[in-house]
Amino acid sequence: MEMVKNIIYSIKSPYRQSLDIIGYTFGSGEPSCCIVGALRGNEIQQMAICAQLVNTLKNIEEKGCIAENKSIMIIPCANYYSMNIGKRFWTMDNTDINRMFPGYELGETTQRIADGLFKSIRDYVFGIQMASFYQEGKFLPHVKVMDTSSGKEAAYESLSDFGLPYGLIRKPIPYDTTTLNYNWQIWGCQAFSLFATYTEHIGGQSTQAAVNATLRFLIAKGMLKWSLHPGLHTRILNEDNIWRISTSRAGILKKYASIEDEVREGDLLCEIIHPLEGSTIDKVVSPIDGIVFFSYNKQLVMEHTDIFNIIPF
Amino acid sequence: MIKHVSIAALPVTESLVIQKNRIENNVSPESKRVCIVTGTHGDELEGQYVCAHLVKLLNSEKQKLSGIVDIYPALNPLGIDSVTRGFPLFDLDMNRIFPGSPTGSLAEAAAFDIVRDIEGADICIDIHSSNIFLREIPQIRVSEQTQAELLPYAAMLNVDIIWIHAAATVLESTLAHTLNMRGTKTLVVEMGVGMRITESYCTQLIDGIMNLLHGLDMWSGDVQHVRAPIVSKDHGVGFLNSDAAGIFIPSVTHGDYVHTGDVIGRVLDPLTGSIVESAISPCNGILFTLREYPVVFGGSLLARIMGDGNG
Repeated sequence: MEMVKNIIYSIKSPYRQSLDIIGYTFGSGEPSCCIVGALRGNEIQQMAICAQLVNTLKNIEEKGCIAENKSIMIIPCANYYSMNIGKRFWTMDNTDINRMFPGYELGETTQRIADGLFKSIRDYVFGIQMASFYQEGKFLPHVKVMDTSSGKEAAYESLSDFGLPYGLIRKPIPYDTTTLNYNWQIWGCQAFSLFATYTEHIGGQSTQAAVNATLRFLIAKGMLKWSLHPGLHTRILNEDNIWRISTSRAGILKKYASIEDEVREGDLLCEIIHPLEGSTIDKVVSPIDGIVFFSYNKQLVMEHTDIFNIIPF
Repeated sequence: MIKHVSIAALPVTESLVIQKNRIENNVSPESKRVCIVTGTHGDELEGQYVCAHLVKLLNSEKQKLSGIVDIYPALNPLGIDSVTRGFPLFDLDMNRIFPGSPTGSLAEAAAFDIVRDIEGADICIDIHSSNIFLREIPQIRVSEQTQAELLPYAAMLNVDIIWIHAAATVLESTLAHTLNMRGTKTLVVEMGVGMRITESYCTQLIDGIMNLLHGLDMWSGDVQHVRAPIVSKDHGVGFLNSDAAGIFIPSVTHGDYVHTGDVIGRVLDPLTGSIVESAISPCNGILFTLREYPVVFGGSLLARIMGDGNG
């Protein structure tokens, strides 16, 4: 078998070539795993991870190492229209494809894209979305699963198969219900969101870490006859157990901690500087011993901004 | 009386302040409270006119009011101020983050404060004005789940149409859904088009709101006779989406009664000059939604028709 390249959904534009969403399929038979990259125009890293996976799986398939009766599809980029003009959301109406699932075939353009995409990918046994977070910042690489009623125990166990340091379980809140991950899960697919460190930046190490994590998962689930370093021990925890440190003052953010730093209770994490007078108006210290999991990376902060997430030891 | 609903510091000097104007008279513990909210999406402006006129009207004859009317013109002040539909510097649509969270981001904390402030009112009217792409005749949208409770009030509001949505299409993270689930009856009005004010629609709704206040025994002044709305479920609504891409030129007027087979408009290809699609009405009925913004993609909504079941 050779890699098959298909247009899985296409939409016409008045002034551009049509938007053709490309899917790359490896192996044949049972729809085993679908991997989706960029749904937003700034998810460069997410597309690059998928591109590298396409290249790697092509080599693996040429060596005959895709398991029998297993089919893997990769969709590196569903929204290159926005990517090509430097927008995060949809070119015309600024809507977010990842807030349109399961989609609507009679709806507006992004609802139709979500519908067309979802119909092509919903029947896979496993789904992996290369996700980005709505908050600006850097994360430690991790994989996340939604706490929905369908097949959640099995999905929790599968978190370790990625060999990433952290596997998170998220209790969905209403605004999650229109995401791809949530709808996949509701449809009966075991769905995971894989977060690399960056969104707009292709980081060599973090790209490779995400590629390897995905390959490890495919190996663990019997889709690839391939070997790879088993990765790290995965600590699985509920997202609610992560300490969210947010600002109670606004101004210029001066940080003293970064992701992966081990901090102790009372350690200074950052200062908030008065934007016009230069004085320190707030000092934020760590409330616990732990590791910095998320760090906000903009210079100005408003009140209620999540600036650090800390995972307790 | 102007009150703060939510306040939070922005990085440089100013604060985000969400305000309401409370107009009250003859208040007792049994008094009713009605909330008029709008401006969740920064590009929807029809509600601004409604708020301005209601404040003026109620204040000018306050002795005829019994109870409390809270008017919230701008739930997303930064959005309106910067011609931005969403909440600036925040990825999510503000009407997809309710009920919010006191420990969440600034937008989520604001959403939490808004719900807390409105919750417990007898009626809340959440005024929207579509977006910049579609023009809507005055209508109220309710879910099947809430129709029994809401329809009697919706019928008082002088709108042309009440559209009952199937439960499956209800978005759980909206302000209206949050409030309805908490027992605060909330009606969503859609009318007009984004970035514009349609004075006739606003006046129509203001007459409806005064009629509602009268019906709730909160207003003893004169009210206008209100129209009887057409009530329809999803199956009664005909959708017309473009399959082609180009520029849409309508050939009917918004609000017209159209017949099966009528040409609603045409999609033209500006490069070749050819008509690439003729949009044909699938049923008889009122053309209640019509595309305002001419450029269309494959899939763009051109029109919606509220069918009357005759053809």
